[in-house]
Amino acid sequence: MSNDNLPVKPEDAHGTVEVAEPIADPGVEPHEPRITDIDPKAADRVERQVSGMFGLATLLVLGSCVAYFAVPRDSILEFGPLSGNANNMIIGLCIGLALFLIGAGAIQWAKKLMVDEEISEERHAAHSSPQQIAEITEAFKEGTEESGFGRRKMIRNSLIGALGVLGLPAVVLLRDLGPLPGRALYNTIWAKGIRVVNDVTDRPIKPSDLVVGQLVNAAPANLAPLQEENASEYQNAKAKAAVIVVRIKPSEIRTKPGRENWGIDGILCYSKICTHVGCPISLYEQTTHHVLCPCHQSTFDLADSAKVVFGPAARPLPQLPLAVDSEGYLVAQSGFHEPVGPSFFERG
Amino acid sequence: MSTNTEFPGPVKWVDDRLGIAKIGKKNLRKIFPDHWSFMLGEIALYSFIILILTGTFLTFWFKPSMAEVEYQGSYSLLKGLHMSEAYASTLDITFDVRGGLLMRQIHHWAAVLFIAAMMVHLLRMFFTGAFRKPRELNWLIGFGMLFLGIIEGFLGYGLPDDLLSGTGLRITNGMIQASPVVGTYMNFFIFGGEFPGDDFVARFFIVHVLLIPGIILALVTAHLFLVVYHKHTQYAGPGRTQKNVVGYPLFPVYTAKAGGFFFVVFGITALMGALMQINPVWLYGPYNPAEVTAGAQPDWYMGWLEGSVRIFPGFESHFWGITLSWNLIIPALIVPPAFVTLVALYPFIEGWITGDKREHHLLDRPRDVPTRTGIGVAFITFYAMLWIGGGNDLIATHFNLSLNHVTWFLRFAVILGPILGFWIARRWAISLQRADHDRLLHGLETGVIMRSPEGKYTEKHQPISTYEAYSITARDRLVPHEIGPDTDENGVRAPRRALNKARAALSRFYYADAVQKPTTQELEEAHEHAHDADEIHELTEDTETYREVTSDRS
Repeated sequence: MSNDNLPVKPEDAHGTVEVAEPIADPGVEPHEPRITDIDPKAADRVERQVSGMFGLATLLVLGSCVAYFAVPRDSILEFGPLSGNANNMIIGLCIGLALFLIGAGAIQWAKKLMVDEEISEERHAAHSSPQQIAEITEAFKEGTEESGFGRRKMIRNSLIGALGVLGLPAVVLLRDLGPLPGRALYNTIWAKGIRVVNDVTDRPIKPSDLVVGQLVNAAPANLAPLQEENASEYQNAKAKAAVIVVRIKPSEIRTKPGRENWGIDGILCYSKICTHVGCPISLYEQTTHHVLCPCHQSTFDLADSAKVVFGPAARPLPQLPLAVDSEGYLVAQSGFHEPVGPSFFERG
Repeated sequence: MSTNTEFPGPVKWVDDRLGIAKIGKKNLRKIFPDHWSFMLGEIALYSFIILILTGTFLTFWFKPSMAEVEYQGSYSLLKGLHMSEAYASTLDITFDVRGGLLMRQIHHWAAVLFIAAMMVHLLRMFFTGAFRKPRELNWLIGFGMLFLGIIEGFLGYGLPDDLLSGTGLRITNGMIQASPVVGTYMNFFIFGGEFPGDDFVARFFIVHVLLIPGIILALVTAHLFLVVYHKHTQYAGPGRTQKNVVGYPLFPVYTAKAGGFFFVVFGITALMGALMQINPVWLYGPYNPAEVTAGAQPDWYMGWLEGSVRIFPGFESHFWGITLSWNLIIPALIVPPAFVTLVALYPFIEGWITGDKREHHLLDRPRDVPTRTGIGVAFITFYAMLWIGGGNDLIATHFNLSLNHVTWFLRFAVILGPILGFWIARRWAISLQRADHDRLLHGLETGVIMRSPEGKYTEKHQPISTYEAYSITARDRLVPHEIGPDTDENGVRAPRRALNKARAALSRFYYADAVQKPTTQELEEAHEHAHDADEIHELTEDTETYREVTSDRS
């Protein structure tokens, strides 16, 4: 068996690949003339096609400009169940078809009318010739000699040192991109006595407002005033303070030791922020007391201290201890006892 | 016709300053081979140009600011709502700037297409072995563009500051936060403090419109320069060798074909922008960190990362006052980079295993390198399982399955699927090779059954054309890497023996079971055998009739 192709040794340079065995290369297949090469009528037909496409494209481009002014921007086009903005659709259709026709015309022209005989071109190895290598090596040596870069080591080393530390300010100057984390991730604006309010109406909630099986999205009462003061602080506070308040039949609740007085008649309050990557948890199933995060489907059992029953989250949702104030509204006994939201390294 | 030795006026003016004839004479008639699969990279290039054009249009109205405003534009459903300027200006582009929605939708469709085209182009490179010497660097440059393109797409997706994009950023924020030691700090530096803060839109904007497109543009230039320098690869065939390139000249054929194709791609994305809705941010509403939509999905190219995070079980370690979130560290911070690195380094891994140091300009057919094809299918399967995982909720709701079952299935499938995929694809490729082998040695089956005077039945076989036979055999013999004897003639042990043995074993695995092309001798024997059986002999007499029949049909 001829073994001239492989295994290949490093010294086998470019061009040793011999694929012509067992059948010798018959050479490029003879050119077959197209109908447009033989029949001048067919060629004329193609010419009319191509120029027709280009001509139509011109009309469509002009049409798009007319449509820009003529079609009101709030009119609607309807096709059965489908509808769309008329201005957008007509301009888009005109421009899109025009571009497509220009392209199709050019391709048709190339395929049917331009000479289609294949041409063969030589390849050259990517590497330089030995002579070029010798020349460049010589030139480089000369330059190095003339600069004294190799001889005057002190210059060389001090330059490398100077360029090396140049990276430092590039990093240091970015320091003010943001504040240091500090204790920011440990705290929320929840504190002792803060009322639990409905996050849409901003109304405080009484235990009697909730029926068994109900879940309400809630927020601390001190959140809404922040919006006027500082919109960005408001968003940051909201991203951590959002909670869900749920009422479950007390007999179905399995209370963790130490949390006996955290609920009011089966009303429990948990952080709404998923402990996985921080999406707000929102899908509640009454019969199982499970709440599901729509981002990565972590599932928590609200009747069992919000422990994880499925999905990628590793920790239960933090629980907010509840109490009732003198006017009978739900308030926080204290802030959360642990950081809310996704894990972080320093969290412990 | 006499040849001009002087340019006409305006061209001369340019030539006097730039010497265009010197540059042009080499490249004007440069030859490119013709094949549909060579268009995939073109689609990526053209969609990048479309992205620059439409993106520039959008920047004229988009306000990269998170300052809170009250929306007073013409979309009545959100009137009076508080939102960031970024979101409000996106609504303005959509509803109040004529052609704005069209440009936004073309921009988004082109972005989706850009990354899809790069990925399919990458698969073409992989399965045809186009990444081999001397094109390894271009493979890496291409990888760099794909990586940057995905980040670019994700940043752009985050700019409108709508509910969906904000959710995507919240997830990214959570993933970054899981990085050991530096996670919290990285988040505070990227977002200018706690999430969401009021900095990220302005920061992402400049990275999205200047930094990354600039780098991609530079890489595109390098990529194309190398394509021209190396000259395009071609499929094996008659007259096509390692030393030439056969095809049509850049001017005029490819100027018209490739130039025309740009307009076709632009036309199709424009039609998509006109007719197909994408990312209707006005339906999602402004970002609110306490809200989320069910069935939230990222753009398709982020799906595999999303799936990786979705299907990983919830492990976390707490010790020495620190937390290690394995449920994010592994699926988000280790697996995706490791996978991408593995694929990016594949040319070097394959080169080391096969010991092949030659230049390759003829492409492999995927069936002719069964193990590589199998590995490619394993990569695709791994990616696909994660990608499906990114939509586990939609699969569960659309097919009435249990979400938990879908997730559990994928947890196993992501490991077993690639193994199965590898095995099936490899066997499949080998079977295709065998079919080629039969076609070569015995010709093609005509379906005509002959009965000899003795009552023996044979099927007529039609010999294939020399051109086709050459195309099938114009490939390398696959011979495993040889490592030589343990000791040399003086009894000295060869160095790094264990490593070399492993390499030889891998090389045998790589080439085992692949069907070798027949030798000249085998081919002759097969043909003689056919003569003995009067198969080919009779057929050669009948060839004329056969040709007539086929030409009638066509």
